[in-house]
Amino acid sequence: MDKPIRVLVAKPGLDGHDRGAKVIARAFRDAGMEVIYTGLRQTPEQIVETAIQEDVEVVAMSILSGAHNHLFPIVVNMLRERGADDVLVVGGGVIPDDDIPGLKEAGVAEIFTPGTPTTKAIEFIKQNVKRR
Amino acid sequence: MNLQERLAAGDVRALARLLTFAENNDPEAEEVIKNLYGRTGSAYVIGITGPPGAGKSTLTDKLVKTLRARGNTVGIIAVDPTSPFTGGAILGDRIRMQELFTDPGVFIRSMGTRGHLGGLSKATQAAVRLMDIFGKDYIFIETVGVGQSEVDIVKTADTVVMVMVPGLGDDIQAIKAGIMEIGDIFAINKADLDGADRTKIEIEMMLDLNENKAWRPPVCKVVAVENSGMDILLGHIQKHRMYLSESGELVKRRTRNISNELMDLVRDRVMEFITRESGRKLPVDDLVERIVAKDMDIYSAAEYIMEAINK
Repeated sequence: MDKPIRVLVAKPGLDGHDRGAKVIARAFRDAGMEVIYTGLRQTPEQIVETAIQEDVEVVAMSILSGAHNHLFPIVVNMLRERGADDVLVVGGGVIPDDDIPGLKEAGVAEIFTPGTPTTKAIEFIKQNVKRR
Repeated sequence: MNLQERLAAGDVRALARLLTFAENNDPEAEEVIKNLYGRTGSAYVIGITGPPGAGKSTLTDKLVKTLRARGNTVGIIAVDPTSPFTGGAILGDRIRMQELFTDPGVFIRSMGTRGHLGGLSKATQAAVRLMDIFGKDYIFIETVGVGQSEVDIVKTADTVVMVMVPGLGDDIQAIKAGIMEIGDIFAINKADLDGADRTKIEIEMMLDLNENKAWRPPVCKVVAVENSGMDILLGHIQKHRMYLSESGELVKRRTRNISNELMDLVRDRVMEFITRESGRKLPVDDLVERIVAKDMDIYSAAEYIMEAINK
């Protein structure tokens, strides 16, 4: 139990629905991770400050509003500007397939769309996280 | 610059990384605290404790905002329980503190208990020191939601605020033995609900039975979500702080806490030694088997282990 992976599960933007984020947070918890959950309607600044203070290894963002192309890259860039470029950033939610290559190019490591088993996200994180 | 220099210079990321090291038992955190130990002791440490759902996070949020408005800097350590089955945790105290995230005068760290009982995590004291060295004026420790016996906060904080809620009714009888003894201040949150006055009277009556102490814990009614009663509560905290320093109790309290922590630390290290050496120099499993087989008694086995440690 001595070095759990620390993950920030974040809900950027204005959608008011966090059932999916809670399901994934619970799944990460059951996989032995420490999950920091900060609630709805987070600005990129709030997400980045939290990621830094909590020294998380993973930022997992969930979004349903369609603003992913705008918000995900902002978070990635702000993390880089703060020198936290070793943080693994992943995204999930209602995201069209066509948008995924662009998001990956912007620095989001992986996108998990509806129907993805939680085990797949957990496996991806375990394989790609940079441990402290 | 190395982490130590960056911490001393007020680099937020260095503080964050050292807190991770402290939680993970990485010796670098201890090394930095050793080197900068002279800079510890100036922050004032406030413990916020109470049953689950009493409003500890919301109350912390509002108290911290009031302190920020007065120009003080604040560190917050928010502890939530770790699953004893998977080692995972949901750390959700930040949900009630969203407006503090981007305040540069506030640093919030969420911690899982990671198997530690007593309402705090093992790294809490190291975290307090690191935030203290970093230069925070006040450090808030929010415990896990407590039941009856999670009273470790009293060994770590200068002032303990016990957050209660109306409607626990007779349950209050059940918790008074452990918890009623550690509150320096009682805050009855959600005081707009029915029964707040009764709760206040019940607490006051129990405090009446305290043996004549120099400090009588004040009981105040607050509604944290509405930011109501925060000035009064903060006033009580300041009064308690003044009482502690003028009466000499602050030094006594901190001395007692250091003594406790030192013993805990030594106990941990002895256990670490035994675990590390078991099977090599120390045949713990063999000893256990011999005790079970009545080939040896348990006290002689303990003496055998102690002799190995003394060598």
